[in-house]
Amino acid sequence: MDNNYADMMLEQLFCEHPHAREFFGAIGLSALPEGQTLGNTVAALDEELLLDVGIERHDLLRQFRDYMAGMEQLRNQQQAMVASVTVLGGHDKSGNLENFKLELRPGEVTCIVGPTGSGKSRFLADIEWLAQGDSPTGRSVLINGTVPDLARRYAVEQKLVAQLSQNMNFVMDLSAEEFIRLHAESRMVTDPSAITATILDLANSLAGEQFIPTTPVTALSGGQSRALMIADVACLSSSPIVLIDEIENAGIDRKRALELLADQDKIVLMATHDPILALMGQRRLIFKNGGVASIRSTSPAERANLALFEQMDARLTMVRNALRNGEEIAGNW
Amino acid sequence: MRLITVAGPPSSGKTAIICKTAEALQAAGISVGVIKFDCLSSGDQVTYERRGIPARTGLSGNLCPDHFYVSNIEECLDWGLQSGFDLLISESAGLCNRCAPHIKDVCAVCVIDNLSGVETPRKIGPMLKMADIVVITKGDIVSQAEREVFVHRIRQVNSSAVIIHVNGLTGQGGHELGRLLKDAAAVDSLQGKLLRFSMPAALCSYCLGQRRIGADFQMGNVKKMELG
Repeated sequence: MDNNYADMMLEQLFCEHPHAREFFGAIGLSALPEGQTLGNTVAALDEELLLDVGIERHDLLRQFRDYMAGMEQLRNQQQAMVASVTVLGGHDKSGNLENFKLELRPGEVTCIVGPTGSGKSRFLADIEWLAQGDSPTGRSVLINGTVPDLARRYAVEQKLVAQLSQNMNFVMDLSAEEFIRLHAESRMVTDPSAITATILDLANSLAGEQFIPTTPVTALSGGQSRALMIADVACLSSSPIVLIDEIENAGIDRKRALELLADQDKIVLMATHDPILALMGQRRLIFKNGGVASIRSTSPAERANLALFEQMDARLTMVRNALRNGEEIAGNW
Repeated sequence: MRLITVAGPPSSGKTAIICKTAEALQAAGISVGVIKFDCLSSGDQVTYERRGIPARTGLSGNLCPDHFYVSNIEECLDWGLQSGFDLLISESAGLCNRCAPHIKDVCAVCVIDNLSGVETPRKIGPMLKMADIVVITKGDIVSQAEREVFVHRIRQVNSSAVIIHVNGLTGQGGHELGRLLKDAAAVDSLQGKLLRFSMPAALCSYCLGQRRIGADFQMGNVKKMELG
C-alpha cells in the first residue's frame, strides 16, 4: 500500500480517496488550492490560517496519515468475525459466586430479566469492557474462546456492543435517506446507495406505517424511528452484539425485528419483561443482587405458551385498531 | 502527583463525568482533587465537596478564561501537591471553541456531547484536536447511527486520541476512564512547560475596556470579515 500521500497531487488524492477531502473540510481547510502535491500545499499554507483553525503545520500531515490509516483499517475489517462471546461468572454484590459459563453465538437472542438495580447494566458493561476479572463483578469475557487483545477496550471503532433503547431519538436534521447514507459513508462501505435502499426497505417492512426516503428523521413516528434504528443497526453497525432495552409495542413488528437482527448474525441481548419478547429468546438470564442468579432456557412448554400469548396479543391489537377507528368496544372480543 | 486538564463546551457534562470518575478512583484508593475554572459563577465546588472531592474555584470574570487559566494553573498544581492528592483534575469550559488549555506532557481530556450535533467536532479547535482522550457524553439518548457518525467526525479532527463513551448520569464508563487517568504522567512542576497550542489572541482596544463602536475606536489586534 502506497502511503506517500505527501507526494501525491491534491486533485489525484481527492479523486482516489474522497474521504481525504472530508478530512481537510473537517479540520477547517476546505478551500485548499489545487495544482500542487499535498506536501507542497501544506508547506505553503498561511501561518495565520493554521493559527485560526488551531493546528500546527507538522502535525497536519501526521494527523492526515493516521486518519487515512484508520479509514483503511475500517474498510478492511468490515466483518471482524466474532463466532462466540463467552462470559465466565464472577460474584454478586454480597460476594456470592455466580458459577456459570455462558456462551453467546451469532443469531441467538438472550433475554435479561430482573428488577432495576439488579445488575443488568453492569453485566453489559462487563461485556463491553472485555472484563478479565478486573471489573467490580469479577467476571471474565472471552472472544472466540480466547482472552481477547485488551487494546480493543479503548478501540472505539471496534466496539463490541451496539445499543437500541426506548430513550433514543434522532437529533440530526437530515432526511431518512441522507441520514443512512451518511452513516454508510462513515462506515466505509463499498456501495452506500445500495445499502441505504436496503435499510429503508427493511425499516418500512417493520414499521406499521410507511415513510418515504425524503422524510426527515426527526419527523418519523415512534414506531418508524425504532424500525429505522433496528434496520440500521442490523445492516450497518460494526458491533457484533446488539443490546436492546425493550421494544415498545408502538406500531412495529417486533418478531420480525428480532428475526432481522438474528439473520444478520447479531448476538442479541434484550432487557425485557414483555412476555412475548422474553419467550422469543433462546434463554433468559435472571438477575438478583448484582449477579446472575440463574439461567433458564426457553422450554417447549414455554414455547407453547408463547403461541397462546401471541393470540392474546393479536386480540388486543384488534381492540386497539377498533379504538383507533372510532368503533364501539362492545360485544364479544 | 498526576495532573489532568479536562476541557469542553459548556453543559457538555464535564462536572458529571469528573464526579463519576473521581468516585471510581477514590473507591480504588486514589485521592483526587479538582480545580474548577469558570467565568461568572459556579456552584460546582459544592457539588464536588458534597461527594467528598476537595475542590477550589477560579472565576475569570471579565478576563479571557483561557488566559486566566494559564496564569493560575501553576499555583493550582502547588495546591494539589500540598494537599497530597494522587491526582489533580483541572476543569475549564471552552467558551469560544478556539480555547487551547492543554499542556504538553500533561494528560489532556476533551468532553463533548452527542446532543450538540454532528457538526460540532468541526467547530472546536485545539481543545478537541489536541486532546489525548475524548470523552463523549449523552450517548444514551441518540441513535446508534448518530453515535457512530459522531465518533467518525471526531476521528476526522483527532486521529490519535482515545475516544470513550461515559454516561454522566449512571456513571457507566467512569471506571474505564479512571483507569486511563491513573496512568497519566506525573507532574511535579509546570515551570517552563509549553501549551500545546497558542491561546486565542487578544489585545485590541476592546480588551482594554473600550465600549464605543466604530473604526476610529479599534486598535491593536483587529480582524475584519470578508463579506464578498
